[in-house]
Amino acid sequence: MNRSWSFIAGLLATIGFSMMGLVFIPNWQFEELKPVVDQNGVSHPTPPAGSVLLGREVYISEGCLYCHSQQVRSADFGADIQRGWGTRRSVARDYIFDRPHLMGTMRTGPDLENIGARQPSRQWQYLHLYNPQITSPGSIMPQFHFLFKVADKSGPVPAGSVDLPARDSPTNRDSYLIPTGRAQDLVDYLMSLNHSYDLPEAHQ
Amino acid sequence: MSTLAVQPEPPSPDITADYVTRVQIDRSCRQTVLGYYASAVAWLLIGSLAALITSIKMHHPEFLGNYEWITFGRIRPVHLNTVVYGWSSMVGIGTTLWLEARLCKVRLPYRTLLPATVIIWNAGVLWGVYEVLAGHSTGVEWLEFPPQVLGIFGFVLLILFWVSLKMFNERHVHHTYVSQWYLFGSVVWFPILYSAAILLPTTGIVGGAAWATTNWWYAHNVLGLYVTPMGLATIYYLIPKVTGKPIYSYHLSLLGFWTNALFYSWIGTHHLVGGPLPAWVITLGIVGSIMMFVPVTTVAINHHMTMVGKFHMLKTSPTLRFIVFGAVSYTAVSYQGSLEALRSVSHVAHFTHYTVAHAHLGMYSFYTMTMFGAMYYIVPRLTRNEWSSAPLIKVHFWTTALGVLAYFCALSWAGWYEGEMMNNPLIPFIKIVDYTKPYLVARSISGSFMTIGHIAFAILVFRILRGSDFSMIGPTLFTTKRGTLRRREKTA
Repeated sequence: MNRSWSFIAGLLATIGFSMMGLVFIPNWQFEELKPVVDQNGVSHPTPPAGSVLLGREVYISEGCLYCHSQQVRSADFGADIQRGWGTRRSVARDYIFDRPHLMGTMRTGPDLENIGARQPSRQWQYLHLYNPQITSPGSIMPQFHFLFKVADKSGPVPAGSVDLPARDSPTNRDSYLIPTGRAQDLVDYLMSLNHSYDLPEAHQ
Repeated sequence: MSTLAVQPEPPSPDITADYVTRVQIDRSCRQTVLGYYASAVAWLLIGSLAALITSIKMHHPEFLGNYEWITFGRIRPVHLNTVVYGWSSMVGIGTTLWLEARLCKVRLPYRTLLPATVIIWNAGVLWGVYEVLAGHSTGVEWLEFPPQVLGIFGFVLLILFWVSLKMFNERHVHHTYVSQWYLFGSVVWFPILYSAAILLPTTGIVGGAAWATTNWWYAHNVLGLYVTPMGLATIYYLIPKVTGKPIYSYHLSLLGFWTNALFYSWIGTHHLVGGPLPAWVITLGIVGSIMMFVPVTTVAINHHMTMVGKFHMLKTSPTLRFIVFGAVSYTAVSYQGSLEALRSVSHVAHFTHYTVAHAHLGMYSFYTMTMFGAMYYIVPRLTRNEWSSAPLIKVHFWTTALGVLAYFCALSWAGWYEGEMMNNPLIPFIKIVDYTKPYLVARSISGSFMTIGHIAFAILVFRILRGSDFSMIGPTLFTTKRGTLRRREKTA
């Protein structure tokens, strides 16, 4: 290996080979995937738009993906389905609109692929994001105080607010918890995470 | 080996000429390599701080909980990116340039441009860290920095490729050494990997689930085709250098190199075992991982057979002790990784702290410890100073070695049971969280030990760079007694 160009050619061949196998060929295979349209004319998956897309950015910006995966494993591989994290396994078609992918590699917290179906209460989501201890005592999820404002109950009911009991309020009085625009977007995004529609290849 | 052994006999003219060449090469590397090293150590400290904050937040989520810019989901990627692109890359580039110059027996070229790349690279890391803290992460693991950072890192990487090529083509020794292949590999592979992993998805060529395979093709190749080659090149160079024994087998090193290149580049998709991808993509990753037994065993035999008969030197030489710790960890982490890729193991270990422990065995126990060893050898040759304190080196070794072992054991144990419990749907999720908490505390404690070691190391590096008064009468060894380091006579 004394000539640099033949050596470099060998190096390029090894990396090019693996790039072909793990980047381009999967991409060619997935490029052909199209959403499926159900009998009501709704296509699945739905491309994220508006506040859902903005909420997805909050999800990325606050690094939710480091503790929450977005993929359900099949019934014979782990207990995802028995835990109620989904009704079927996730397949490549579920991700055709994902830019970037948020599959995740860690489950410090539960999987969120179907959180919109599993926990449809916005009030629960707001309280949980404000302080996870309110809804899930013992959780090690960070609190996202900075995505909320707290108002005293003396005034009128602020739009979109939820009740914050005295014991959970920094003022120790019954208060209103007012989600900021970003918190609303984030919850819109979480609500949109619902992949319980059926796909033919998920049964294979 | 006496610590004060000044050459006992008058050296022959050949040896003197050789010595002069080495000194000239070292001098040509001085500014650039020390620039990379000093920056690397600064990023190591920042990365350690980010790691500690992250780790404490995992068992005390309210810790510094009201500052959005250091919320868990931002400070965690700051830890990863500072230790990968700050510490690991910069210490690796510095070591690469010095090793290449020494092995080609040529002086380092471009001695104004290369020190400037230190500033450019630092600016890239700093900018990336700022963007992640400000909430502008890309959300792609290992690539959280804004895609435009590619312009900065890519520019430096191209210069490094050019410099490596130039030194290789103008080398003064005909034969090439195994370390050169690995180093050349990393300077060719990494720019391709890095630019492909950023450009293909951001231009829309690759998307959806293929973004995930691209992501892990990249992230695992950072280890396999960038960090590992630099680490192995260092081990291959320094074990013979310190022990005075040539490497055991040329043919084994050749086999190890090409099988590593061929198999390692395929293993990334084992991060997606059980995931929403066709079985063949995952199977490729698993097959590649198992095939890694070949290069790893080859390298392990080669390193071990070179060390045989010289193990007593681990008592005295800090370089050798760090390097051998790294080499043993390389074997351990690679075997573990191969097994971890199996579906039956991944079934439990995936999505848990077990993987985190494994990652630290690779990036820290193997690579970082190896690079510590490299700096203990190289910095005195560049500064013409000696390390100022044997006890501080001991503190550095024991806190980091025991720290990372404790870290690994705690998280592997916790991770495995976390996975077992997760696969049992009768156990509520919060019970699993509760189970891991004491181990997360153990992680913070072992991480603190490692940080203490980094501070001790930083003090040593600061002193030697400042031009401490300690002259190079002999290397500072673990056995060097207090007071035997000679203070240099003031010449002013």
